[in-house]
Amino acid sequence: MLLGLAIGIFMAVGLVYGNRFIKYLLTAYVWIFRGVPVVVLLFLFYYGLFNYLGWNFSAFTAVTIVLGMTTGAYQANIFKGAILSLPRGQFKAAIGLGMSELQAIKSIILPQILRMSIPAWSNEYSIILKDSALAFVIGAPEIMARTQFVASRTYQHLSLYITAGIIYFLLTWAGVIALRKLEKYLRIPGYSHHGNQ
Amino acid sequence: MTENIPILRVNNISKSFGSNTILDSVSVALAKGEIKVLIGPSGGGKSTLLQCINCLVVPDSGEIELENEHIHFSRKQDLYRLRQQVGMIFQDFNLFDHLTALDNITIALRKVKRMNKKEAMQRARLELEQVGLGDKETLYPAQLSGGQKQRLAIARALAMDPKILLLDEPTSALDPTLIGEVIAVIKGLAVKGMTMIMATHQISLIYNLADEILFMENGRIVEQGPPAALLSAGNKSKSQGFCDRLNELSEVEG
Repeated sequence: MLLGLAIGIFMAVGLVYGNRFIKYLLTAYVWIFRGVPVVVLLFLFYYGLFNYLGWNFSAFTAVTIVLGMTTGAYQANIFKGAILSLPRGQFKAAIGLGMSELQAIKSIILPQILRMSIPAWSNEYSIILKDSALAFVIGAPEIMARTQFVASRTYQHLSLYITAGIIYFLLTWAGVIALRKLEKYLRIPGYSHHGNQ
Repeated sequence: MTENIPILRVNNISKSFGSNTILDSVSVALAKGEIKVLIGPSGGGKSTLLQCINCLVVPDSGEIELENEHIHFSRKQDLYRLRQQVGMIFQDFNLFDHLTALDNITIALRKVKRMNKKEAMQRARLELEQVGLGDKETLYPAQLSGGQKQRLAIARALAMDPKILLLDEPTSALDPTLIGEVIAVIKGLAVKGMTMIMATHQISLIYNLADEILFMENGRIVEQGPPAALLSAGNKSKSQGFCDRLNELSEVEG
């Protein structure tokens, strides 16, 4: 998720402010990672690409990379939307004060879009957390793989999968609650769309 | 009005977007302490001219000289330096929404002028006092009225010690009851000898402050001269006609 965040931010900045070549490249990236199912990507990277390149990643690392790159593509779009929804004038004003483009993006644009992106980001968090269940197809030792392993030994399928479900639910719930707290904490006074101020 | 050598020289700048020519070889020169006012119909290029002067919009051709230093449009460092020395006030304020009034001012002082936090805060407080917002430093832009926002934007620009201030219809987005406080601040600047170019439809600013009026239409300056000459009774100038209409409008509103 954090890898995805890093990828997403850089890509979004590239998508909005980059030159034409960078935009084409990043757009292609987003299309590929959004268009191909995560399972396919996992097989493709783990058995295909990494093998071909002779990189000997553990299943866990491979999953982290693939999920990170996938969510990066989605997050890039979240952030791109947020950047475009900011009034353009603020960027102009920052530049007009003598800031460089990079300074303006870092100190004016990013702090605002990260705040605005939290709701969409919490959505993406819950999706990617659950997508991580797919990692068991390449044998990464995550919750789903462990559950299946135990279930096949003990034949307690129902109770074990319910437990797995509850664990995913709790992880998602905790993350989403934390993000909501963060959103409240970071809210800019007087700048809200909740209509009660 | 001082008649020494101009601190800003803009020579024959042009700007097109696609096949649309917005500025057609416009030249302006500005002496220290001089105030020029741009008037004319919307879409005449006033806003683009102002944005070209500090290269927020980089001109397609032409030359800009600040204190006899030629600005190379392709050199980033030249552009940064130019923009630091030429302040810009926008019609819709463009404050940084995520920062307090104080931090709206300190951020550029710290990032661009590399001041430390304490110096920047001292300077910012001074500027807030000057525009009458001394007690508002912890408020965010969304908590300020339109007039207060524009005064904050002016304070933010002044903190950078600009040699020239560009004002792009500074009162046009304001409620009529709030225009007065912003006009007072701008007049205060004029008294202190700030060099300014201002696009405005505010009659009192045009009559009282302008050393020279530039009437822009279709990307060109079609008339220019001191208000006394252009706006004298019975003059058939475009500027005169335009101001008459503005007057009629403000009488209707009043």
